[in-house]
Amino acid sequence: MPEPVIVTEGLTKRFGDFTAVDAVTFAVEAREVVGYLGPNGSGKTTTIRMLLGLLRSSAGRAEVLGYDIDRETEAIRQRVGYMSQKFALYDDLTVWENLTFYAGVYGVMETGHLTDTLARVGMGDLHRERVADLPVGWRQRLALATAIVHNPRLLFLDEPTSGVDPLARRAFWDLIYELVESGITAFVTTHFMDEAEYCQRVGIMRAGRLLAMDAPSALKREALPGRAWDVRPADLLAALAALEAAPGVQRVGLAGDHLRVIAAADVEGAALAKAAGDGRAGVEVTPAEPSLEDVFLALAG
Amino acid sequence: MRNTRLLSMIRKEFIQILRDPRTLALVLVIPVVQLFLLGYAANNDVRNVPLAVFDQDRSPAARELLDAYRAADYFMLAFDVSSEEELRRLIENGQAGVGLIIPPGYGAAIEGTGSADVMFILDGSDPSVAATGLSAAQLIGQAHGARIQAERLARIGVTGAAQPPLEVHLTVWYNPDLEDSFFMIPGIIGMILYAITSLLTANAVVRERERGTIEQLIITPIRPWELVVGKIAPYTILALLNTIEVLAIGSLWFGVPIRSSLLVILGLSALFLLSSLGIGLLASTVANTQQEAMLTVWLTMLPALFLSGFFFPLQAMPKFLQAVSLIFPLRYYLSIIRTLLLKGTSPAALWPDILALAVFGVVLMTLAALRFRKRLD
Repeated sequence: MPEPVIVTEGLTKRFGDFTAVDAVTFAVEAREVVGYLGPNGSGKTTTIRMLLGLLRSSAGRAEVLGYDIDRETEAIRQRVGYMSQKFALYDDLTVWENLTFYAGVYGVMETGHLTDTLARVGMGDLHRERVADLPVGWRQRLALATAIVHNPRLLFLDEPTSGVDPLARRAFWDLIYELVESGITAFVTTHFMDEAEYCQRVGIMRAGRLLAMDAPSALKREALPGRAWDVRPADLLAALAALEAAPGVQRVGLAGDHLRVIAAADVEGAALAKAAGDGRAGVEVTPAEPSLEDVFLALAG
Repeated sequence: MRNTRLLSMIRKEFIQILRDPRTLALVLVIPVVQLFLLGYAANNDVRNVPLAVFDQDRSPAARELLDAYRAADYFMLAFDVSSEEELRRLIENGQAGVGLIIPPGYGAAIEGTGSADVMFILDGSDPSVAATGLSAAQLIGQAHGARIQAERLARIGVTGAAQPPLEVHLTVWYNPDLEDSFFMIPGIIGMILYAITSLLTANAVVRERERGTIEQLIITPIRPWELVVGKIAPYTILALLNTIEVLAIGSLWFGVPIRSSLLVILGLSALFLLSSLGIGLLASTVANTQQEAMLTVWLTMLPALFLSGFFFPLQAMPKFLQAVSLIFPLRYYLSIIRTLLLKGTSPAALWPDILALAVFGVVLMTLAALRFRKRLD
C-alpha cells in the first residue's frame, strides 16, 4: 500500500463572503495521474495554490508528501514541481537561460542534467531560441522542463494545455505519462473533458465543491443516474423538443449529427424512438457509451 | 558553499537588463541629458540684462554714468531711446529688462551742487532677475557716486577724505564665482540615483507579477532576501556607474570641483541607494502594474525633490517644511554629496547625515523584505 502523496480534509478557501473552495476532501496516491476537472472559476487553481502554500487555507487541513501545507510550506516547495497557467517563463531569455535560472534557484547546477531535462521534453536542439520566438506548444514543454528540473516527486500542472493545439496536447499527455513511468505523481487541472479521460482518476469540481472523484469508467458507471443513448431522428430540433418532454428523460443535448439522451434506467430505446419520431418510424436509437461530459453535466445539473 | 539561488537571480537580472538595450541606453543617456539641461537651464546667474537708456542730458557726466553701468557685465546697453514712452514699451514687451532715465540737467547738477537723481526701472515679473538687477544697480550707482564725490573733494583740495571709513572685503569660499551649476550638479547626482534605482527596481519586481513569473519564483526555495538582493544588485551597480558618469561630466565640462576621494563618494552614494532601492521595492509591493509602480514612485519623488533642497535651499523654506524635509532620505544625501564635492570636508564631520541615511536605509530595506512575503494573499 503506497503512501498517499496528497491528503486533504475539508480544505476550504474563502475570499470574504465568496467561498472559492468548499470543504474539499480527497487523497492522491503515489504514481497516479489525477485530473481535476471543472469550468473556469470552479476552484481548481485555488486548490493547487493552497497545496503549494501560496494561499493560506481558511478551514480544513491538507498534507503534501507528508508535510502540512500551512506550517511546512518550504519543505513541500523543495520537493514538488509546479507549472502555472501562465507558463512562467522569461520571454527575453533563451530556452537554456530560463532552464539554468530555475535550476540554479533549486541548487541544480550539473549541465548534463539540464541537457537531459531538455531532451526529455523534446527540446534538445532549441537551447539558443528566445522564448518570445517560440510557439505556445514549445513554451509549454519548456515550462514543464523548468518544473521538473529539480526531480520533484509530485508535479502540479495547472491547465497545462490551455491555448495549445490538439496535436501538441496529445503529445504533452504522452510526456506526462513518461514522467509517471519514472515515478512522478501528477495532479493536473483541466477544463477539457477529453483530456480528463486520459487521467487514472478524475475529480469533478463545480462552484468550489468536489462533486466526485473516481476513475472515469467508475464515474460513468456510478455517477450517472441513468443510461446514455444516441438518437438519430430526421428532424433534430423537433426531436429535441419532443424528447425533453418525454417521461423518464433526464437530459437531451445536440451531439454533432445526432442527439445524446440520458434517460432513467427503465426507459427503453423503443420509447425514445417513438417520442423522437412523433410516432413515425425511421428513428435510429442505439445505446451509447457515456462520456465524462455526460457525467459532468449530470452531476453539475 | 556558493549560494546558487542568489547567483542565479543576479545573473538573470543582468541578462534581462542587457537584453533590453532601449532601457539600458535610456539609463545611461538620460543622466547626461538631465545634467546638461539642468546644468545650464537651472541657472540663476543674472548676466547681460538688456538695458534701455533714455538719456535726456547727453552730457559727459551722463556718459560717465552709463560707462559705469556698462563696465559691469550685469547690464548690456541694448537700447538708446528718445522718449519715456519708448522705454516703457521696451520693458513691457520684454525686450529690455531694466530702464535708466537720466533727466535733463544731470551733468549740470553734478557739476553744481554735486547731487543729482537718476531713475532706474526694473521689470519685477521675474523676481530673481529683478533682485539681482536692483542690487547691482544700487551698488554701481553708489560706487559711481562715491567716485564723483572723491573727485570733487580732490579738486577742492581735500585729500584723505576720499577714503571711505569702512570697507568690507568679501571672500566666498568653495564656490568663489557663485556658479549655480556647482550647486545643481551634486543635486543631479542625487536625483538620478534616486530616480533610476527606485523606478527600475519597482518595475523589475512588478514585471514579474504582471507576467506571472512571481508565482513560479515564490514556490522555489529562494529566500525573500535572496530575491530582494538579486533584484537590486544589478541596479545598484548601474546607479554607481551613473554616479561616475555624472561626476566625470560635471568635473570635466562644468568644472565642478571634486574635493573628496571617489571611494568615499561612491561609498556614501551606495548608502543612499539602500533607501532609494527600499522605496522602489516598497512601491512594487503596493503596485500591480508597471504604470502603478511608476506613478507611486513619482508621487514620492516630486515632494522629495522639492523638499530636500534640490531646487531651493533648505534654509529658505518655512520652518514647517524644513521639518517635513527630515523624512526624505534625499535631503541627507544632497547635503552629503554637496559637502563632499565642494568643501572636501572629512566624512567624519558629516556623521549626523550619514547616520540618518543609514537608519533610513536599514528601515526601508527591512520593511521591503518583510512585505516581500512568499504568499499571494
